[in-house]
Amino acid sequence: MIKITDLHKSFGKLEVLKGVNAHISKREVVCVIGPSGSGKSTFLRCINRLEEPTSGSVIVEGVEITDPKVNINKVRTEVGMVFQHFNLFPHMTVLDNIELAPRLIRGMNKQQARQTSTELLQKVGLTDKHNVYPDKLSGGQKQRVAIARALAMHPNIMLFDEPTSALDPEMVSEVLNVMKELAEECMTMVVVTHEMGFAREVADRVFFMDRGVILEEGTPEQIFDNPQHERTREFLQMVL
Amino acid sequence: MSLPLALIDWLISSINGFITDFVPQLVQVFPQLLRGAVTTLEVTVIAVMFGTVFGLIFGLLKLSKKPVLHYPAVIYIDIVRGTPLLLQILMCYFLLPSDITGIFGTENSALFSGIIACSLNSAAYVAEIMRAGIQSIDRGQMEAARSLGLTKAQAYTKIILPQAVRRVIPPLGNEVIILLKDSSLLSAIGVTELVQAGKLFAAREFAFFPAYIGIAIVYLVMTITISRIIHWYEKRLGINDKDN
Repeated sequence: MIKITDLHKSFGKLEVLKGVNAHISKREVVCVIGPSGSGKSTFLRCINRLEEPTSGSVIVEGVEITDPKVNINKVRTEVGMVFQHFNLFPHMTVLDNIELAPRLIRGMNKQQARQTSTELLQKVGLTDKHNVYPDKLSGGQKQRVAIARALAMHPNIMLFDEPTSALDPEMVSEVLNVMKELAEECMTMVVVTHEMGFAREVADRVFFMDRGVILEEGTPEQIFDNPQHERTREFLQMVL
Repeated sequence: MSLPLALIDWLISSINGFITDFVPQLVQVFPQLLRGAVTTLEVTVIAVMFGTVFGLIFGLLKLSKKPVLHYPAVIYIDIVRGTPLLLQILMCYFLLPSDITGIFGTENSALFSGIIACSLNSAAYVAEIMRAGIQSIDRGQMEAARSLGLTKAQAYTKIILPQAVRRVIPPLGNEVIILLKDSSLLSAIGVTELVQAGKLFAAREFAFFPAYIGIAIVYLVMTITISRIIHWYEKRLGINDKDN
């Protein structure tokens, strides 16, 4: 479903990704862990070309997205993304945030879009916040709206870029629970996270990234209980 | 005569002069000032309208990463902001072909060239206001919009510009007030705007004091009204202004 080959990305002289190779199958949940500055977010953002790869190949559902001729907007409708800082549209209500893309891009009429958004808000457990603006929501609520917004396009893949890192501790679980539910529904997910408990419980595979490469990958048991690399062990010792 | 008495005498004659000369002359000059103020407002409104439209375009061009779009906008903005408005007015009046400036009749050619100059000037300043307003919107907004599959144009019209509008209202209001006052420079090419109207009256009636005080009053009424309207509008827009 996602095939990444020898992916490089530099910002000026700084080489952030130094040849990343990865294969992610349909319905797989992959958690990407690693120290800050290791290139996790950049890696994730290359999958929907929010970052333009310097070289290498990124194939999403059979489409080589690094090809400049590819209609990246079309690809992005199939790949939902959730950000660390939610990035909800502050000038729109919760419903409008969710309905914008389906109406604008899928051409849904008001009724269809309303049905979709109502269902999604129910799914993320926010039935009483339809017409409020984002600044009236807590962090956890914002992130759940952001997840609903991404799901409204019915993507086949969901990317999460540290979705709980900006949240107060007591709000982390409400977001993780929504993500768990998604994983149970067999959504293909790539999650950059510092939530090791979540990674262990939900991930099918864990990537450990360090200094611009995937240093080690394996099942959560392999990575957490029996890490092969010294760097992986050091990192896990620090965060666990 | 002792000093206190002289002072009292001066005061009485001043008050006397105020009642007998100043007030009647002020009343007399007002209709002419109001006609001048209408011209001032005409120039300001038209220039601000053109300035806003072209300012937005130049602002977007300046933000473009494509050199063919970016550099012409940069050069335009630098030239206009780097030269005095008075010079720009003189250049539009004297250097533009009379076919253009006389398009609304030769009797209006000074006014029309003045409007052109103020519009071009305003566009450059508004361009910088727009650019700053757009750049002040968090990068994540564009990223979120693009990640949903919106095109760049859709992201701008639906997400970035609606938010930028709120941010540019205060500086844009400032620009309107500045332009309203600076349009007085059109008196240099003989446009009978507010200052020129007062000057003509002052010279004709030999009544400088009432004329200039009158001009100041009319400007103040206009500028204070505008800034109150903008303030009210800002507040109305500001209800849901907080970022998430």
